[in-house]
Amino acid sequence: MTAMGTQKVTAKELTTIILNKEDLFILDVRNESDFSDWKIEGISVDIINIPYFDLLDDIAPALDAIPADKPVVVVCAKEGSSIFVAEQLAEAGLNHVSYLEGGMKSWSEYLEPVKVADLSGGGELYQFVRIGKGCLSYMVLSNGEAALIDTSRMIDQYQRFMQKKGVELIHAIDTHLHADHISGGRALAQRYGAAYHLPPKDATEVTFEYEKLVEGRDITVGQETIKVQPIYTPGHTIGSTSFLIDNTYILTGDILFIDSIGRPDLAGLAEDWVGDLRDTLYSRYKVLSEELIVLPAHFGKVTELGIGGLVAGRLGTLYSENPGLNIEDESEFRRTVTENLPPQPNSYQEIRQVNMGKIAPNIEEQREMEIGPNRCAVHDK
Amino acid sequence: MATMKVNRTLECEGLACPLPVVRTKKAMEEMKTGEVLEIRATDSGSVADLQSWAKRTGQQYIGLKEENGVFRHYIRKSDPTETKEERKFPHTIYNEELRKKLSEGEALHIVDVREPAEFAFCRIPGAKSIPLGDLEERIYELDPSQDYVVVCRSGNRSDMACQLLMEKGFINVINAVQGMAVWTGEIEKDEVN
Repeated sequence: MTAMGTQKVTAKELTTIILNKEDLFILDVRNESDFSDWKIEGISVDIINIPYFDLLDDIAPALDAIPADKPVVVVCAKEGSSIFVAEQLAEAGLNHVSYLEGGMKSWSEYLEPVKVADLSGGGELYQFVRIGKGCLSYMVLSNGEAALIDTSRMIDQYQRFMQKKGVELIHAIDTHLHADHISGGRALAQRYGAAYHLPPKDATEVTFEYEKLVEGRDITVGQETIKVQPIYTPGHTIGSTSFLIDNTYILTGDILFIDSIGRPDLAGLAEDWVGDLRDTLYSRYKVLSEELIVLPAHFGKVTELGIGGLVAGRLGTLYSENPGLNIEDESEFRRTVTENLPPQPNSYQEIRQVNMGKIAPNIEEQREMEIGPNRCAVHDK
Repeated sequence: MATMKVNRTLECEGLACPLPVVRTKKAMEEMKTGEVLEIRATDSGSVADLQSWAKRTGQQYIGLKEENGVFRHYIRKSDPTETKEERKFPHTIYNEELRKKLSEGEALHIVDVREPAEFAFCRIPGAKSIPLGDLEERIYELDPSQDYVVVCRSGNRSDMACQLLMEKGFINVINAVQGMAVWTGEIEKDEVN
């Protein structure tokens, strides 16, 4: 039904435009509540919301709002309504308008692989930026083997990447039991016959077999070249574990982000875990080298995206600039991480059940659960 | 759930956005004020979109039932003048007083003159449903010597119903003038699967 001349842009292409900070105007035609809950963000992005049902009779409100001097992308939930609007705009004579293929559904699922570094033993470290949802996952590659940390649900994208790189997955690891997104770790491990690792304290209710993450018991990728060293760092969940890679990179999961810190309330025990969270952030990490590069499992704001989309920060810099690491008073810290928190992620209780193997929703239901922002940090508003 | 009485049903199963809203809009344009449209859709996006569309266009979104993956939306075509119309019937009761009487156990006879779909989603416990349009032919179900409190959404349809009942010889009828739109007392609804 697409009229000739209606152009589409993929989530991958849109990601490139946003990471390159190219000028872009987005007309989001979803309903107001979906728009206010969650939308595409970018430093050079102007975005407005006019629900498609306000444009059924008359496209004029959209014509009036669209600038002539920058590319325009029409966005909706799945793509149907954006095609409908983009076609009318094209008929009205605009030739700089396209629509987002697959809508916000595709936007939420796209993973941008960003190379973090070459590792000392000849391996590589990649960060996968799920730009639409703010989730970050990591792949260590060495000598034909790969380990994945905090895998997203869309495992085909990792699989294609590994095929291209000529590596086989041997370890899938989750830093903690996730509450904001469905882990693809177990499913991908099954596909490759790889081990699936979880912190045992987060896994007391899981319905499947897994490898226990134990502090100091290193995980090796590629014939003993790259060590992934677990460090027990409770606080976001009781089992939360960080990983030291190549003595240079620290994967902090949902404990420490670049501009914020993890929230302790998603597993229902905020009051109990505040002390653990403070201890991890103000004592356990403090003794580590300031030169370590922090690689978190989330970003909260697009301003945290660096060159090529990389989300990373020097630990010493975070200690001076991250507001969550600069709350001297313990009771004030307690208030910050337990009061006035952002809303909890959509369906977070159900997502935890899925990650424990207790329920197995179909793909559409899984998508539905993950819709929206992740809100894992105390400062995500 | 038994099929609810509506004026028209729109089959939008299998259709993706924007079609459910496009078809709803067209159907509503063809309907009369006060009539109820049922829209059956399978696209979960239809839920927020139809609610938002109804709100922005001043239609009354009555409620939603979901069964076997089908979303059944009920929307009543509103009359823009409905809330402004002058009310003529002199005997009225405010919700607060009605709520108090009910909570004190007073045995009131409540007649709800809204459409069956509105009644199904939210009603005062024990209320009897007779849509305004059916009142004349079903008047035999009521007893002219009995007291009645008549309720609708905003006090308009019930005003008309009270006038009709007076003409037909009913002695003591009272209009619940504020209506269900602002009712804060106990409610009852049909079982949802």
